Amino acid sequence: MERKIRVLIAKPGLDGHDRGAKVVARALRDAGMEVIYTGLRQTPAMVAEAALQEDVNVVGLSILSGAHMGLVPRVIEEMNRRGMEDLPLFVGGIIPVDDIEPLKEMGVREVFGPGTDTSVVVEFIRREIGSV
Amino acid sequence: MGLAEAALQGDRRAMARLLSWVENGSLEGQQALATLFPHTGKAHIIGITGSPGAGKSTLLNQLAREFRDRDGQVAIVAVDPSSPFTGGALLGDRLRMRDLVTDPHIFIRSMASRGHPGGVAHATRDVVTVLDALGFPLILVETVGAGQAQVEVARVVHTVVLVEAPGMGDEIQALKAGLMEIADIIVVNKADRPEAKQTVKSLQSLRTSLPAGHHGFGTGISVEEAPVVPVGWEVPILQTIALENEGVFELTNAIKQHYDYLKNSGRWDLLLRQHAEAEVEAWLQRHFQQLLNQKIGDTGYKALVDAVVRHEIDPAKAAAQLLEAVTRPVSKA
Ligand SMILES: Nc1nc2c(ncn2[C@@H]2O[C@H](COP(=O)(O)OP(=O)(O)O)[C@@H](O)[C@H]2O)c(=O)[nH]1
Ligand SMILES: [Mg+2]
Repeated sequence: MERKIRVLIAKPGLDGHDRGAKVVARALRDAGMEVIYTGLRQTPAMVAEAALQEDVNVVGLSILSGAHMGLVPRVIEEMNRRGMEDLPLFVGGIIPVDDIEPLKEMGVREVFGPGTDTSVVVEFIRREIGSV
Repeated sequence: MGLAEAALQGDRRAMARLLSWVENGSLEGQQALATLFPHTGKAHIIGITGSPGAGKSTLLNQLAREFRDRDGQVAIVAVDPSSPFTGGALLGDRLRMRDLVTDPHIFIRSMASRGHPGGVAHATRDVVTVLDALGFPLILVETVGAGQAQVEVARVVHTVVLVEAPGMGDEIQALKAGLMEIADIIVVNKADRPEAKQTVKSLQSLRTSLPAGHHGFGTGISVEEAPVVPVGWEVPILQTIALENEGVFELTNAIKQHYDYLKNSGRWDLLLRQHAEAEVEAWLQRHFQQLLNQKIGDTGYKALVDAVVRHEIDPAKAAAQLLEAVTRPVSKA
């Protein structure tokens, strides 16, 4: 029987750069995970619905636009509405230090700044999922 | 209530979890498949195959919307290759299907080819079986065009749509000929490109060079067993511009016509028999593999292969020994 860690990497919001998201997606693939990449400009409902249909183990949001304090709660709300309260969520992108704690209080498990080494993200996911 | 029952009642989260069970080849998954099997056999399963970048996902996005309007519900299974080195996979087909994501009548599932026991076709078959049981009248399966995996799609679907893009070069004509043998409908996508006409022409000449009525007989039944079916189906070569939704309606018509042809010609029953044979065979292999693992294990197996390498035992005898070990009744102890 074969199991794989399945990850959704999504870019909610309007910013048009997905370089960072793609770098993370490739790093996770190279770490042996199955990465579902949905592309730019996803609405919170699109992110949650993709996470549901793909039955992922973890969701990563890449947000560079500065709109994270508005977007993240809406993504969480859409996920909760679909019964995915327990699904681990992490956020990467340009996030001011002061916003990290509030994001975690909303339910975000981890926040990764722009310079984060991808191996840190890999480790985080492995820890979060345990041995799938 | 079990997961299968919840999924049958339309719980989408249960559906998604069920697909994972089945995809992972878990015991729960096998049980669910058994529960669901009586509900299957109603869907029209369509394979969309072709080289990477030909526009399959973009076309699927349009096709699914068209079919959703006609048939109510559509499921999409997008299969991409796993890295043979890391086992990971980047599944990006959803990039082109953003229109469908929140449509309550559409369900999309991405799948990596993995090292599935029994092959990717077998795993895909299981996933499709679940979606069929859950009542999706149309299931679209996207697979990347490469070698054996591509040909194996034919074991899973009823209608194979081969998607080509212009300007892929004449050097792959031979390869195309191999694929054309399994194609029921050929699509030249990106017809907005000037080279499209040339591609259509060369595909037309390839088509005429194929032995008549040969296509679709790639698996299972030998030619002798196959009932003599009038050819009756000329593989159409259509042009589409997926990005602009052009030619897509014609493609849905061709797919429906192929379905009618299958039903009216008796080919449908033949296909079902081929699929059933392939499935029983795949399960037989899986069961045998499980027995082999239980009774001999990896090390025992390797030791025998080593012995063959050292010429201490011939391969046929090694296989006979394995078979004997597997079929040996439980010992006295
Ligand atoms: N010019 C043109 N480009 C297209 C058309 N259909 C798809 N594409 C582009 O071709 C690229 C690959 O498309 P995709 O659907 O991902 O191909 P797949 O790998 O076969 O699934 C994308 O950049 C699409 O925008 C078309 O009809 N015309
Ligand atoms: Mg694709």
